[in-house]
Amino acid sequence: MNLRSTGRNFAAIASGVALTLLGAGAAFAQEGFGHAEPDQMDFQGAVTPIAHEIRDLHTLVLWIIVAITLFVLALLIYVMWRFNEKANPTPSRTTHHTGLEVAWTVIPILVLVVIAIPSFRLLTHQLTIPKSDMTLKVTGSQWAWTYEYPKDQGDFNFLSLVKSDKQLKPGDIRLLSVDNEAVVPVNKVIDVIVTSDPTGVIHSFTVPSFGVRVDAVPGRLNQTWFKAEREGIYYGQCSKICGKDHAFMPIAIRVVSEEAYQAWLVQAKKKFASNPPADEFASNDATPAR
Amino acid sequence: MATTSTSDAHDDHAHDDHPLPHGWRRYLYSTNHKDIGTLYIIFAMVAGLIGFLLSFAIRLELQNPGIQIFPALSAVLTGDGSVDGAKNMYNVFITAHGVIMIFFLVMPALIGGFGNWFVPLMIGAPDMAFPRMNNISFWLLPASFLLLLSSMFVDGSPGFKGFGGGWVFYPPFSSLAGTPGPAMDFVILSLHVAGASSILGAINFITTIFNMRAPGMTMHRMPLFAWSVLVTAFLLVLSLPVLAGAITMLLTDRNFHTAFFNPEKGGDPILFQHLFWFFGHPEVYILILPGFGIISQIVSTFSRKPVFGYLGMAYAMVAIGVVGFVVWAHHMYTVGLSLNTQRYFVFATMVIAVPTGVKIFSWIATMWGGSISLRLPMIWAIGFIFLFTVGGVTGVVLANAGIDRALHETYYVVAHFHYTMSLGAVFSIFAGFYYWFPKMTGYMYNETLGKLHFWLLFVGVNLVFFPQHFLGLAGMPRRYIDYPDAYALWNWWSSVGAEITAVSVVVFFYVVWEAFSKKRVAGDNPWGVGATTLEWTLPSPPPFHQYETLPRISGSDH
Repeated sequence: MNLRSTGRNFAAIASGVALTLLGAGAAFAQEGFGHAEPDQMDFQGAVTPIAHEIRDLHTLVLWIIVAITLFVLALLIYVMWRFNEKANPTPSRTTHHTGLEVAWTVIPILVLVVIAIPSFRLLTHQLTIPKSDMTLKVTGSQWAWTYEYPKDQGDFNFLSLVKSDKQLKPGDIRLLSVDNEAVVPVNKVIDVIVTSDPTGVIHSFTVPSFGVRVDAVPGRLNQTWFKAEREGIYYGQCSKICGKDHAFMPIAIRVVSEEAYQAWLVQAKKKFASNPPADEFASNDATPAR
Repeated sequence: MATTSTSDAHDDHAHDDHPLPHGWRRYLYSTNHKDIGTLYIIFAMVAGLIGFLLSFAIRLELQNPGIQIFPALSAVLTGDGSVDGAKNMYNVFITAHGVIMIFFLVMPALIGGFGNWFVPLMIGAPDMAFPRMNNISFWLLPASFLLLLSSMFVDGSPGFKGFGGGWVFYPPFSSLAGTPGPAMDFVILSLHVAGASSILGAINFITTIFNMRAPGMTMHRMPLFAWSVLVTAFLLVLSLPVLAGAITMLLTDRNFHTAFFNPEKGGDPILFQHLFWFFGHPEVYILILPGFGIISQIVSTFSRKPVFGYLGMAYAMVAIGVVGFVVWAHHMYTVGLSLNTQRYFVFATMVIAVPTGVKIFSWIATMWGGSISLRLPMIWAIGFIFLFTVGGVTGVVLANAGIDRALHETYYVVAHFHYTMSLGAVFSIFAGFYYWFPKMTGYMYNETLGKLHFWLLFVGVNLVFFPQHFLGLAGMPRRYIDYPDAYALWNWWSSVGAEITAVSVVVFFYVVWEAFSKKRVAGDNPWGVGATTLEWTLPSPPPFHQYETLPRISGSDH
């Protein structure tokens, strides 16, 4: 392999990588709502105002970073070609150019400002919890989630366990479908209180389509919120390593109409009435039977 | 760049007052910076191979959905062939992979290996300031490594072997609540020993660089690699004690009934995360800064031009080091930090992009107008610049707490830090290895085989990590032994990349073996007029003791 062909190969492969990078930005076609579709390359479908905003900001930043990467790549290819020892046998001795050095300090700062403005706006929206319509308490344990509905919703709680391969029914998704889904009404602001079994370890409550992720930490109450605009079932997976079944404690939230939610509440109150109160429950060793 | 005005450095018959040590004594008792550097490099190669094999097992497991590989591995290694044993061992493997690659591959190779070898040579010093401390710095590492490897085979979580909580060791998983067995104590002791080794090494570098520069070698004439090791050494001295404090608190929580991190007794697990990342974030710059230094030397050498914007380059590293200490909680955006706290960490994190950009553009400006010879080290350096740019810009994405909320703990993060580490730091290690191999051994490797190694690794690691961006965007969490079937395609390609990478590892060891068996003489300076730093004025390999008469550096400051 001679030197020139090495340079050319390098350029060819590097631009291939860059094209793939562009491809990632363009592949909006196959997103799934609430779960990934096969071969998906982009975010799961956004169904809350926050998730839309995350997506828009990410798209902006993605185009900026693709442009920067291609710019650097183009410069590298150009210098390899133009200032190759064969093309340019006598090197220059230039080692300073104040204007250039100021430019590559100031321009990146301006680019960062362009990113920072919408970024701070999004952050504020995420962490400022609006007046909520209902509260849902979520407790992580090794290795399941407990959902607790407060007094104004009927005062009950239940454990949500991943379905084993044998329990899967048609339409279920392996590793995501659970025995008991949490159910919430559509177009309502849900205030989510997240914690973990006080004798247990850290977990993380995540629902990609909602743009929600917050850690479940023993001894702490964390808070987040979502307002789902679309009915359906939305999955997430525990996002903080928590032991052997870390990959097997999915989150499943079913978003339904207000009427369907009220009907579910009546049923759920009966079905889960015999469960012990949540505080006791959480401190019991909630080991799933899988 | 400064030049030397004496040729006395070529004196080969130095040190007639005592016989040179031979055999195992030469290495076990060594106080010679070059021999200790060689030990570090060999150690890093062994540890890196083990760390790679762990990740290779991980990628084989993830090649297809379901659990296929680890039950058998677990049966062989711990005698527990159950699916639960496999799940636990997977977590143990990802933990050990992280710890080994950071503490036993990248740090020993870049700081202990190339730092020991070339900082004294570049600044015109006969050896390190504290040669005996240098010896203990190295020999603590194998002990530390053995402790870590042992931890994989002693009791950890109830019913299982090893610690599987990730290299970040978050309690309560690393406390008695998650890992009651002694595996975690082994890990803590391993890190204490490795940390002590690094602190001693760092003190040695700081003292050497401040006190043992040759006459005329002012700070502003010092090669950028020496600058990078200096900044790195300060980061080590300032950050490692914080890690040591945190893991000591964890140790007393586990063994002496303290409750620093135990929420049942009023402790706070999040405190550990703050302490850990106060160390952990400077640590990632510790891993990459020496690489920056190596790339600067190589780009300058093979462009036959001095480094562009030398002062900007040196102080960009200082700036990265300083700002690196005040951005730690960007690893913790999801733990429940307040709005203002997150705003601050978004801001501070974005600031780091600026000096990093200065470095990238200065490397390109160094090449601009140069007479570029695309020899093997230069190809690795150019590969590094491009790949580090890709890893850097995804860091800008993740710096935004709002977006990080969607990508935290997903494969996007895995892709990001492997582009900076596995494709950044590791490419800089190989760049340095091929750059200095003729100097260290006196032999020239086969350039074509080296290029084969480059291309296999370049294609392999890009194939491993680029698709992981897609997996992360689509929501696949990291540290998962099994995943929903929708993620199968990109995981399959990622694993194919790992298989290509495995071939490149074999080629690398063959390149080294071939060079030693063919014994092609490299000469004092195989790189020509672009190689202006002092090590190229010495014979290859350099004499056991160099600079009996100190070189005198003339030339202008930058």
